[in-house]
Amino acid sequence: MSNVAPIHQRGHVAEQASAGTARVTEIRREADGVMGLVLTDPVGDRLPDWAPGAHIDLVLPDGTTRQYSLCGDRWDAHSYRVAVLREPSSRGGSAFVHDSLREGDLVGIGGPRNNFALVPAARYLFVAGGIGITPLLPMIAQAELLGADWNLLYGGRTRTSMAFLDELGRYGERVRVEPQDESGLLDLPAFLGEPREDTRIYACGPAPLLDALATAAACWPSSSVRTERFVARDRSDGGSDTSFELTLARSGRTIVVGRSETVLEAVAAAGVDVLSSCRQGTCGTCETTVLVGRPDHRDSILDDDDRQAGDCMFPCVSRAVPGDRLVLDL
Amino acid sequence: MSAPTLGYAPTIDVDPFCDEVLADPIPLQRQLRAAGPVVHLGSYDILAFARYEQVRAALVDWQGFQSAAGVGLANFRTEQPWRPPSLLLEADPPHHDAPRRVLQKILSPRALRTLRDDWFADAEALVEKVLADGTHIVEIDAVTELAEAFPLRVFPDAVGIPQQGRENLLPYGDHLFNSFGPRNHLVEAGESRAGELQEWTSAQCRRDVLAPDGFGAEIWAAADRGDILFDQAPLIVRSLLSAGVDTTVHGLSAVLHALATHPEQWSRFREAPAAAARVAFDEAVRWESPVQVFFRTATRDIEIGGRTVPEGHKILMFLGAANRDDRRWGADADRFDLGRDPSGHVGFGMGIHQCVGQHVARLEAEALLTALARRVEHLEPAAPPRRHLNNTLRSWDSLPLRLHLA
Repeated sequence: MSNVAPIHQRGHVAEQASAGTARVTEIRREADGVMGLVLTDPVGDRLPDWAPGAHIDLVLPDGTTRQYSLCGDRWDAHSYRVAVLREPSSRGGSAFVHDSLREGDLVGIGGPRNNFALVPAARYLFVAGGIGITPLLPMIAQAELLGADWNLLYGGRTRTSMAFLDELGRYGERVRVEPQDESGLLDLPAFLGEPREDTRIYACGPAPLLDALATAAACWPSSSVRTERFVARDRSDGGSDTSFELTLARSGRTIVVGRSETVLEAVAAAGVDVLSSCRQGTCGTCETTVLVGRPDHRDSILDDDDRQAGDCMFPCVSRAVPGDRLVLDL
Repeated sequence: MSAPTLGYAPTIDVDPFCDEVLADPIPLQRQLRAAGPVVHLGSYDILAFARYEQVRAALVDWQGFQSAAGVGLANFRTEQPWRPPSLLLEADPPHHDAPRRVLQKILSPRALRTLRDDWFADAEALVEKVLADGTHIVEIDAVTELAEAFPLRVFPDAVGIPQQGRENLLPYGDHLFNSFGPRNHLVEAGESRAGELQEWTSAQCRRDVLAPDGFGAEIWAAADRGDILFDQAPLIVRSLLSAGVDTTVHGLSAVLHALATHPEQWSRFREAPAAAARVAFDEAVRWESPVQVFFRTATRDIEIGGRTVPEGHKILMFLGAANRDDRRWGADADRFDLGRDPSGHVGFGMGIHQCVGQHVARLEAEALLTALARRVEHLEPAAPPRRHLNNTLRSWDSLPLRLHLA
């Protein structure tokens, strides 16, 4: 395409100035070792849509990328809420959030992605361990909204380490809070009861809890049980928004994608228009074949297998893994 | 029906669903955009948006402008829909989540890769057949012979419905899209067959009727996995049959008409068809906007464009007008131009309800245009084209074209 007018003249920037960046507008202590963050778009736009079970990548100013479940209200299109547990051995990531992050700071965000979607059912059993309560909070709100029958079993080390007890208080009898130092280990068989066709089990928490759940729910059909394993590791391959080199295979030209521009904007400035639509990594229109290099995926579309394949990316939001360069089929 | 708050917006009394406007909506679109960011439509006593900024804002704001009360003029809060509401088009979160998630995965660009080679070969075979009689020049009706023939050749197979009765797909879609408008003569004309067509369509959604390897079977497989409920599966299959045929046909007609009437753009396209086919189709979708309008219903009092839309009131979004708004597209917004980046047009909608089949439509267009580019040196109108009137769709009944073979 020969149309190389600067992209802002085409009105894109005004619509999606800030895909991938959010401002920390509130930091709140939610429990011992748990900080709640409220994130908003820096210019007050809507943030990308999400559904219960979704998580975002949070790219912190220290360069670490961590995944956190969204635990706010999606009817508020302008803010996300996440809750961050301080991990004992953490140097970056959670420690940075607890010690160094301040209200007003900018952070990078990727996604939201959802590997833990709430499927329709007449009845839900929710099991949360510690910070694993976060993806379940919006699920519970949704089950309540739909008038579904539901119960939550919520375990943690101590009562003071368990976040959102006040919010859960309004649900009364449906919620059972069982801190380990008061009630011992969760009695999962008693909570689950006999398998029921109309019921889906959602559980999130540390590995021992999910292992125990797998045992307790062994007699349930596998499609009835949905879990999200807590991955308490700092991703090393995620990137902050650094600049990187990109080669356009069809012309052989190499360009630099600056820190504050998207791949889509950078290639458009070089005279190559890639058809796109949502510019939020959700619609899939701008899918581009990756010939060489590892993309830092920030979209909401590809699942883990797709990402593993590494053969395509969505240049409206995704970038290159730091230190790598990309060759795209453009 | 009348509410005093509506009076703040300038009133336009032209009926956007009268035959004259349906035949050529462009003058009314100009008038609506010029009147202001929010316009009061006197004929229906509702507020409407025709500028890009407000149309886009309303499309993405599912919290404020809901779909579950119907995306046509009829308000499902007070009026009985003529068919069971769609689980996608006429649903809001949270009910909308699971059906959308399942269908989006089945129709994702990644999933469609397996169809690509077949569809390109099918397009070549169709073009070959259409051009078979001619040596240098062939005259065809591009609506029936290409724009209808190609989707009807590949899409019902991809869904996995039986051969028999496929001639019902286009009339069903035509009536469905008419029914989003007021109950005018177009709706009345379709009503005699509506029940029968709806029955036929529903019957194609049953598991035992569907081929084991199509989109339809994949929807049922999602129910096996528990991702949707079993009673949701047939309605999700129905969405494919309702929204996947007519819209694509009119999108293809639009791009063929555009290229036939803009010879310099055809030349430009033919220089690098592989790169330009997708842009050509999306530019045609922007320029022609096969889906012209959709309605939403305000879930609370909403400030937009300096006006208040009262809770419970319908709004009308002129997608076609937004796609030609010079505030967004520049002074040449009315021009079909392959040099333009059409990204961000609202011809497929925007936000959580954005056309879930958009990648299917693009793939069909890419296959057909690529096949034509190989065989056709240039094309031109052979006789005046004829519009087909529909309350929602902008479409052609007949597009006589003369193809000069390469």
